[in-house]
Amino acid sequence: MLHLINKSPFERNALDSCLRLAQDSHAVLLFEDAVVAAMDGSAQAECLQEAMNRLSVYVLGPDLEARGLPKERIVEGLEVIDYDRFVALTCEHDTTQSWL
Amino acid sequence: MSEEGTIKKLMYVNRKAPYGTIYALESLEVVLIGAAFDQDVCLAFLDDGVFQLTEGQNTDGIGMKNFSKTYTALGDYEVTRIYVERESLEARGLSETDLQELTYEDEDDDWAEKPSLHIVGSDELAQLMAEQDVVFSF
Repeated sequence: MLHLINKSPFERNALDSCLRLAQDSHAVLLFEDAVVAAMDGSAQAECLQEAMNRLSVYVLGPDLEARGLPKERIVEGLEVIDYDRFVALTCEHDTTQSWL
Repeated sequence: MSEEGTIKKLMYVNRKAPYGTIYALESLEVVLIGAAFDQDVCLAFLDDGVFQLTEGQNTDGIGMKNFSKTYTALGDYEVTRIYVERESLEARGLSETDLQELTYEDEDDDWAEKPSLHIVGSDELAQLMAEQDVVFSF
């Protein structure tokens, strides 16, 4: 299962709920406004770091760049991906779940 | 009863990250249009709104218009007070150095260039909000 998160965790609880309900080894992709969750030193960084012990967490590079968030400043171990890899991920997983 | 000529204190409150929703761009448009009306205007950026002011935004990869440089033009529209809540920055792993430099030229001081961006704590922002005649939320 690939979980898609596109809302800021500071505004909605989609990421929280996803991390609570995603099964081990599932994948999570942060894109659009959800990329702000990736910033190291943010109030969300700790839950994300903890989740990365059991989930593969990805973040869409173009959405980071659009918001002026440098790759060097995101939580360590997060994988920054491009649109091609986004497409590949959806193909690799049998199912996707969009947390709106 | 006419209130023509009355200058009101207006605050635009920005609480959303840019690009994911249209709020940030719409707010900026309204501020620029509203600037024609000669009111006492200030802007506040809090919660995810602080992401609107980050330096180095590049939207090439998402195919959207990068409107971040428009904030630097606000000074020319006599929007000279822009407040950013410190607590919102800190909760998001950001600091003042991550933000664009925004300035205006002070006509009462021989057009000296002065900063229009002010980082303020919650208490000070609360005070500023309470002083307004009108608050617009985006």
